[in-house]
Amino acid sequence: MSATDTQDPNRRDFLYVATGMAAVVGAGALAWPFIDQMRPDASTLALASVEVDVASLTPGMSLIVKWRGKPVVVRNRTEQEMKDGEAVKLADLKDPIARNANLPADAPATDANRTTPGKEAWMVMVQVCTHLGCIPLGQEGEFGGWFCPCHGSQYDTAGRIRKGPAPENMAVPVFKFISDTKILIG
Amino acid sequence: MSEGHSTYTPKTGIERWFDARMPLPRMVYDSFIAYPVPRNLNYAWTFGGILAIMLVSQILTGIVLAMHFAADTSLAFDSVEKIMRDVNSGWLLRYLHATGASFFFMAVYVHIFRGLYYGSYKAPRELLWILGCIIYLLMMATAFMGYVLPWGQMSFWGATVITGFFSAIPLVGEWIQQLLLGGFAVDNPTLNRFFALHYLLPFMIAGVVVLHVWALHVVGQSNPTGIEVKSKTDTVAFTPYATIKDAFGMIVFLFFFAYFVFYIPNFLMAPDNYIVANPLKTPAHIVPEWYFLPFYAILRAITFNIGPINSKLGGVICMFGAIVMLFLVPWLDTSKVRSAVYRPWYKLFFWLFVADAILLGWLGSQPAEGSYVFMAQMATLFYFAFFLVALPVLGLIETPRRLPNSITEAVLEKNKGGGHHPAGATAAPETKG
Amino acid sequence: MKKILTSLALLGLVVVGTGAIAAEEAHNAAAPTHFPINEPKEMDWSFAGPFGTYDKAQLQRGLKVYKEVCSACHSMNLVAFRTLSDLGYSDAQIKTLAAEYTIHDGPNDAGDMFDRPGKPSDHFPPPFANEEAAAASNGGAAPPDMSLLAKARGVERGFPRFVFDIFTQYAQGGPDYIHSLLTGYDQTPPAGMVIPEGTHYNPYFMSGVSLKMPKPLSDGQVTYDDGAPQTIDQYSRDVSAFLMWAAEPHMEDRKKTGFRVLVFLLLFGALVYLTKRKVWEGVAH
Repeated sequence: MSATDTQDPNRRDFLYVATGMAAVVGAGALAWPFIDQMRPDASTLALASVEVDVASLTPGMSLIVKWRGKPVVVRNRTEQEMKDGEAVKLADLKDPIARNANLPADAPATDANRTTPGKEAWMVMVQVCTHLGCIPLGQEGEFGGWFCPCHGSQYDTAGRIRKGPAPENMAVPVFKFISDTKILIG
Repeated sequence: MSEGHSTYTPKTGIERWFDARMPLPRMVYDSFIAYPVPRNLNYAWTFGGILAIMLVSQILTGIVLAMHFAADTSLAFDSVEKIMRDVNSGWLLRYLHATGASFFFMAVYVHIFRGLYYGSYKAPRELLWILGCIIYLLMMATAFMGYVLPWGQMSFWGATVITGFFSAIPLVGEWIQQLLLGGFAVDNPTLNRFFALHYLLPFMIAGVVVLHVWALHVVGQSNPTGIEVKSKTDTVAFTPYATIKDAFGMIVFLFFFAYFVFYIPNFLMAPDNYIVANPLKTPAHIVPEWYFLPFYAILRAITFNIGPINSKLGGVICMFGAIVMLFLVPWLDTSKVRSAVYRPWYKLFFWLFVADAILLGWLGSQPAEGSYVFMAQMATLFYFAFFLVALPVLGLIETPRRLPNSITEAVLEKNKGGGHHPAGATAAPETKG
Repeated sequence: MKKILTSLALLGLVVVGTGAIAAEEAHNAAAPTHFPINEPKEMDWSFAGPFGTYDKAQLQRGLKVYKEVCSACHSMNLVAFRTLSDLGYSDAQIKTLAAEYTIHDGPNDAGDMFDRPGKPSDHFPPPFANEEAAAASNGGAAPPDMSLLAKARGVERGFPRFVFDIFTQYAQGGPDYIHSLLTGYDQTPPAGMVIPEGTHYNPYFMSGVSLKMPKPLSDGQVTYDDGAPQTIDQYSRDVSAFLMWAAEPHMEDRKKTGFRVLVFLLLFGALVYLTKRKVWEGVAH
């Protein structure tokens, strides 16, 4: 382009660079809605927290609610189960971290830290094996807690991993007692 | 690119490595960088590129919409509304897709009329033109089936009416209609198969587009003068010249597209389609999408029996015949001159044809009663007369204006008037690479 | 230039032809053939135009009219309570509002269906169990669902108005129609017009001379606590605006995004145009 070479090359370069940048910005902005639509939609997010009425649960009973597409077990533990849970020494645990979303990330996995203050009899826990996502069976296995039939992970009465391939204690979701008989999960 | 001589020279080791194994960089270079295009292409020629981005846009928005859509008569309408209300950016994607269909057709109509005006269908571009006609047919099928998916009143009744065309065919008509519907009326099987086909056809369109572009790159672009490229001075390199001009055309087009999507997204949609389909209640006026209106007008214009052919079958034949005309254009036009620029009579008839198509479109949106029917019949007559009489006869009796000897000569002649172009501009523009 | 003129002349011919047809249509007041008899009145809406926004106070009043009047017969199945935050309500207010409704849910562990108070994630419950029940209780015509009513109703604008609508961004056909219909009762039909038994004359109704729905609103029927006039006209405006929101909840977001997109395209287009000029400089074409 002999005709254009006589002009100031810097001005031409600036124009090309600016146009190219604008094209990149436009393409980036256009890509966003296509990514954005994959995130959970408003109706899914609206179900992100559920209220559970636990008035009917006497010690030794559990119920399972679906929360964010996963089963959450609410168990009113017996005296014996609580005693078993408290008796375990932290050093014996495979995963010494509480994994309780209501506590700091490094809280130790004591029996109390797996529950909520004042309501230590109540286990609220995502009943999904931390190994590969199967649903463990309740009140089974060597430790009287949960047993995962898929690969043999064994959890104790506080839902802590004691034996088997699972790496972590079962997760305790964000929850609180909004009254003596109602729990808000999420 | 046309005669297969490549000017690509790989520079780096990686390029050489690729070139020896799979010469994709060479193909891209020859087809979209060095490929010579006539220097005198006007903005009507940017619509090919515009159509390409519209196809890509429709496919991309369509794929993400399919992630949320449920092809079941009890769920479809609500799932579309869920997209509009709850899915993040869902309203944007859905309006882009719905309005995009209309703008896709707007662009394709400009593209087709450009071809008719400049005689782009004439030898050696017949196959290129026919591939284009096939794309247009596939677009119509895709658009029709896509319109059924939201499962509104117009979706349902549009599908009922259109599939009813086939029942006009003697003997096997009813069998074919039931085959298409998967039942005795439009219902869940129809919706399901239309969704499957609506997802498939765009990829078939993309396939035919590849053939269309291939055929184009063999014969080269036509141009406003209709004179073939004769020397290197007649052309410029595709990149940067055509690329940047196409880019500007696309942005202007996208500006209008965005205006509709963001400010009047329902302007081109029938309000009735916001009512869930009800097989027991027909809307007062069944009107197809605007891009089908001319054909709809032709369909309804045949209100009389023609010998053994009853009016229903006659209407269907005329409607499909109107599309068949496009396929025959390369052989109906007898003129030796391509471009309407040098054909005063053809130019007049071309613009009459454009007006006729618009008139037919408007008539298609009006109720088929009173004087509208007569007007539609006259407009239909002109539609066919344009193809079957004007194109063959004009080519024989018309005296064309004097043609320039070459594209370069035509360009220089045009620029003489302005006088602000330096004489050095006659030199062939240097092509990069 | 010449071809543009030619085409304009042709378009002119078409327009003249259209006018002739329109004039030819007979006007018989007692037996009209085209509906609505009267065109909807065009109102000023806060949400019209490129920068239009919903008037939250108006939407809240409209919701009140819907709750206290329309919802007795009309469902609004697609609208969830949670979305009422668009109207300026807090989460606590929405929770209270949702709890006023009874939602039929189930089955529970015993296999029974049960009633429970509404939650923000619920949608407005329908007044009738199904469409057949709705039709049976309303003289054979089921009252339409209101979620999309403002987009599902629109009187045809006709040529050339629909062309101007592109530039004026007229997209209020639905609310204009609903407002006109609601304020269009109590008029005396022309002498000789036959009004079918059990229907009500309304010259703004788009599919006949009369409709099954009796005049739904009367002055003072709904109490407003923000001092807005408690008239049929005001109720109709408010509920129409509310229905527009119900049908198009993301409209404000859409127009805001649109403005940014158009400004970007304008700037980007200018840059590309300048680049194009530079590239083609010295190349006659």
